[in-house]
Parts: sequence; structure tokens; C-alpha cells
Amino acid sequence: MKKFETFSGIAAPMPLVNIDTDMIIPKVFLKSIQRTGFGKNLFDEMRYNRDGSEIPDFVLNKPQYRDAQILIAGDNFGCGSSREHAPWALDDFGIKVIVSTSFADIFFNNSFKNGMLPIVLPQEQVDVLMADAEKGANARMTVDLEAQEITTSDGDVIKFEVDAFKKHCLLNGLDDIGLTMEKEASIDAYEATAGAERPWV
Amino acid sequence: MSPKTLYDKIWDAHVAHEADDGTCLLYIDRHLVHEVTSPQAFEGLRMTGRKVRAPEKTIAVPDHNVPTTAGRENPEQMTEESRIQVAALDKNAKEFGVHYYPVSDVRQGIVHIVGPENGWTLPGMTVVCGDSHTATHGAFGSLAHGIGTSEVEHVLATQTLIQKKSKNMKVEITGKLNPGVTAKDVTLAIIGATGTGGGTGYVIEYCGEAIQSLSMEGRMTVCNMAIEGGARAGLIAPDQTTFDYCKGRPHAPKGGAWEQAEAYWRTLFSDEGAHFDKVVTLKGEDIQPVVTWGTSPEDVLPITGVVPSPEDFEGGKVEAARRSIEYMGLTPGQKLTDIEIDTVFIGSCTNGRIEDMRAAAEVLKGKKIKDGMRAMIVPGSGLVRAQAEEEGLADIFREAGFEWRLAGCSMCLAMNPDQLSENERCASTSNRNFEGRQGYKGRTHLVSPAMAAAAAITGKLTDIRELM
Repeated sequence: MKKFETFSGIAAPMPLVNIDTDMIIPKVFLKSIQRTGFGKNLFDEMRYNRDGSEIPDFVLNKPQYRDAQILIAGDNFGCGSSREHAPWALDDFGIKVIVSTSFADIFFNNSFKNGMLPIVLPQEQVDVLMADAEKGANARMTVDLEAQEITTSDGDVIKFEVDAFKKHCLLNGLDDIGLTMEKEASIDAYEATAGAERPWV
Repeated sequence: MSPKTLYDKIWDAHVAHEADDGTCLLYIDRHLVHEVTSPQAFEGLRMTGRKVRAPEKTIAVPDHNVPTTAGRENPEQMTEESRIQVAALDKNAKEFGVHYYPVSDVRQGIVHIVGPENGWTLPGMTVVCGDSHTATHGAFGSLAHGIGTSEVEHVLATQTLIQKKSKNMKVEITGKLNPGVTAKDVTLAIIGATGTGGGTGYVIEYCGEAIQSLSMEGRMTVCNMAIEGGARAGLIAPDQTTFDYCKGRPHAPKGGAWEQAEAYWRTLFSDEGAHFDKVVTLKGEDIQPVVTWGTSPEDVLPITGVVPSPEDFEGGKVEAARRSIEYMGLTPGQKLTDIEIDTVFIGSCTNGRIEDMRAAAEVLKGKKIKDGMRAMIVPGSGLVRAQAEEEGLADIFREAGFEWRLAGCSMCLAMNPDQLSENERCASTSNRNFEGRQGYKGRTHLVSPAMAAAAAITGKLTDIRELM
């Protein structure tokens, strides 16, 4: 997995609540057996007309947000299906950080597995970032995971919480499976004990 | 020893390793696999030279992409991309040696129906699948939740998941349900009360007289939609109803092993005084047959209601409601029972079990669907289909004018050819009414099987109590 490094980027505002994974990547694009190439269909039904032309009002089609790396989103972002194609599509587009008041559980976990950082903040702070994002391309935010800080274009610093283990994995680009396999002895021991206690499993 | 919840007990029995910060390796007893979210995971194993650690605990079945029409063994019925995914599952199942039910097997069906039906899902287990509706299996008192593809690969390789414990939430439904009110109405009413984000960070235990009186099929419907309320999982403590359902299933324990298992299962309940971080109580008598009007499962109202106005809401929900009402082509103040329906879909992991077939048949018996109505029933598995034919239900469906299909996910998510066209309005027994879910610009109203059958007859969203 790629390491998460401090960066400054454009933030796009998406205040709609309950943005679901069907919106993020509609099911017609789930038929690939690869992990890449989903970015062009990110938010497909909101972003394109049926003839393939862009819907100019959609935020990521506006000139100032086409290179956005941060999304400031409404509550309960990523609800719905478990499809990891949703974070794959965001990542492929270039989004590295999503900020919301809450995320759906599976989407939240899936994002970390792909080197992306979902950040949960209280409504008032999301409102500050939303207003900053509304300013357009000149308003670049800086995200520093090590310090757990977002700096707005006005220089305001907003602190955020992140699980220590997940932070460690992101900063170092660590592969979960490799880490778990180092604990293989524990898994072996568990299987022996549980197998004796609950042999029908 | 301090009192424990059911979730606490199952969690504690599955921790294979705990780090100082509380991050755990949770051991997984059953891993269910389907064709859409697994190809990249198997490919990951191949690239790193890893094996499936416990192929005997891994069960694969194609369901999302498969056509539900006769002659589907012919791959020409699928688009090339779907064919590639099903072929990949075929290849991966064989190469890695996991249990597999191919399309040609009578036991094939929706993964969440196949698991319980064959006795793979049992009380007290941990069950995962690369599908959010894995919550279904919680009906057995097993800790079951959806995972992403990276986690699918992690479970394949290590038979564990890296997890932190969720909080405990109790949802109690007291008293009895009124006639015409089904498990689907209960689970939608709960989401209506808690919101789609209300369960985020929690594992829900459903309890109370109204839950206990449900069949296993009904309990699976309730737990299935725990995810639509944002919860990681939904649980119902196992009881005699659970044990009776499990007994004799092909992969359930037999003889002495059954006795031992049942004795253990009887310890799986929340202790008196166990701590819940959040408690929600609804009266069973207050729940009415419900229907969704919008594009989020929380947009739910009793069938006797009217389409709301965006101003009825607060905050970000105002804009979401405005967008939903426009997308759905509705007018605030319109009676829900005045909404005309083009299509009826009965099926899915929410409502594709035998009891759902029976409920629909009871309404449809001796009746015809409205002229011009497109109506299909898609059983959740080949075994459900066979049983429905044996009970004469299939004849009732065909005579009423329904298409009687083969098993699969079908129009619940419309990855196969079963889709809505633009502005087509559907009464559906599935679980999601998201924009575009059942087809581009398709309009979905979530209902129970009985209400879906009623809508097929009258051509409108209908209060089932008026047909009883």
C-alpha cells in the first residue's frame, strides 16, 4: 500500500447527506475483475448525461474542482453496499481525504485499506471546511496525518482523531495481511482451542 | 463475572489476538463468497503466493450477475463482463478448493439464503461475506457482517479480521404485531425511527415479544436490513425456533455433536443487567404496514400516509428530501395509496425465502395482476424454488400473471438483465431504494411481499389490510 504523506490540495464541497455507494460507483461498473480504472465512472449518474456528456453543475465537473483531492461531504457518507469499488473509484480519481460528520462502517474501513483517510469531525467544523471548500480552487487545504491536523486556506487549524493502528498503517503503507501473518502462532493456537471446545464449527 | 451481552459473548469467543490498543484479530468461522467482490481478492492471493487458510470454512456461490431466466446455463445469456466474473469464481473456487455451488446446482441461490439453508450458518458463529447484507445471518445469533474486498483477501489468507469492538445497542419490539404487519414492516419501521446512520458504530440486538414470535425467515428479514440502519451487525438470540430450523440441515452437527452444540447455543443470550450503550423500544402494536417514498431506506411511512414536503425536515435532510421527491416523481401531500406502480419485484436476500413466497401466494391466489403490470417473483435459491413448486405456489404465481424465475439477486441490484427502465416505478421487496439501484432513473418503493403482491393486483401502492 502507498504511504500517506502530508499534502495540500483542493477540497470539493458535497453537502448532500447519505451519499451511498451506488451513487459513488453504480453497479454497472462493478463487473471488472481489476482494482483500477474506476475513476472515470466515479459518481457516474450524477456526473454524466446518458449520452456521456458532462453535467456542468456537478461539483467535480466545475473547472475549479476537477483536480480535487479532498471531499467535504454530508452526513453518513458511503452508506449502502460493501463494494470496495467505491473507495477504488475515489482513489483512482485522485481523492485522498474525505471529511464528514459520519461514515458508514464498511466504507470507512475499506478506505483505510486503500491508503485513503476518512476524517470524522463535528458539524461545526465540517461547516467551516465546507465554507472553505466553497471558495474554489484557490482555497487549498493541507492535511497532516502525523500531526492529525487540517489547515484551511485561511490558516485555521482543525485537529482530528484517528485510530492509532490505522494511522500507523497509513503512514507506513503497511499491508494488513503481512502484519496479521506475523501473528500466525496466535491463530494456530486459537484454532486448536476453539476446535476442541466447539468441534462442530 | 460482569453480565455480558450476546455480542460480548460471541466476540469474546472469537478473539485470536488482542493488541494493547484493543485492536483484535477476530477469528472467522464461515466465509461466504460471491462473484462480484471476490475476483480481486483471489488475484491478490495468487500474486503473493498465498493460500486460502481454511477452504473448508469458505463457501462460494454466484448470485449477483446470474440471469434468472430459463436456459441460463448458456453463457450467451450473460454480458461478457458478467460471464468473466462468474467464470473467475468458477476457476477460483476450484483452484483454491473452497465449497462451491455453481449455477447448475439446485442449491445455488443468493449467498445469504444458501448459507442458512444448508446449515453453514449456525448460532454463535462469526460469519463474513463481501456483501453488506451479511447481517442476515445474525438471525441465528451469529455475529455476521459485510466486508470489503481487501478484507475478503485478508480472511481468505488468515481466517481472521482486524477489528475493534463495536458498541452494544438494544432494539426491543414489545407486544404483538397486528394482522398485515410483517418482519419487513418491522425492520423498515426501525430504520424509520433510528435513521440510516442511527446504528453506525453499533451491533444491534433485536429482542422483545414481537421479535421472538417471528419465524427464522422473518428474523432473517429483520437482521438483513440492520445494515440499512448503519449497524455493523444485527443479532437475535437463538432459541427453540432457531434450533428447530437448524436441525437436520446438511452441514449442521449430528448426533452427539448436535447435543453438545445445542447445550452451548443455549448459553447465547444477553445476561440480566448486561450493559447496552443505546436502547430503542418500539411497540409492536404501533407498527403499521409501511412503504418507502424516497431514495433512502429511512424515508419510510405507514401506507396510510402522504408524501412529505422537504420543509418537514431539518438540516441536510431538507435538500436530500427535495432531491428524492423530484427523483421519485412525486408531489408533497399526495396519498401513498394513489401512487401507481408499473412493476412488481418479489425476491432478494431480504424477502426471497419460502415464507415470503407463501405470503405473496396467499394474496395472489385466484387473482390476476393488473393489465400491463410487469411482475416477477425470483426465489432466493433453487431449493426455495423447488419447495414453492411442490407446495403449488408457483402455479398460483403463473396463473396470476407473474413471471416465475430462477434463483439470484436479480432486480434487487439489477446487475443482471432484470432492470427498471427510466422512470419505471416498482414496488419491490428488496432492501435499497437508492437512486439508480434497480436501473438508471428507476423508482423503487420498498414493501413487504404481501404488499408487493397487493400492488400487482390493484396497480397502486395498496394497504394490504384492505385485501384481507
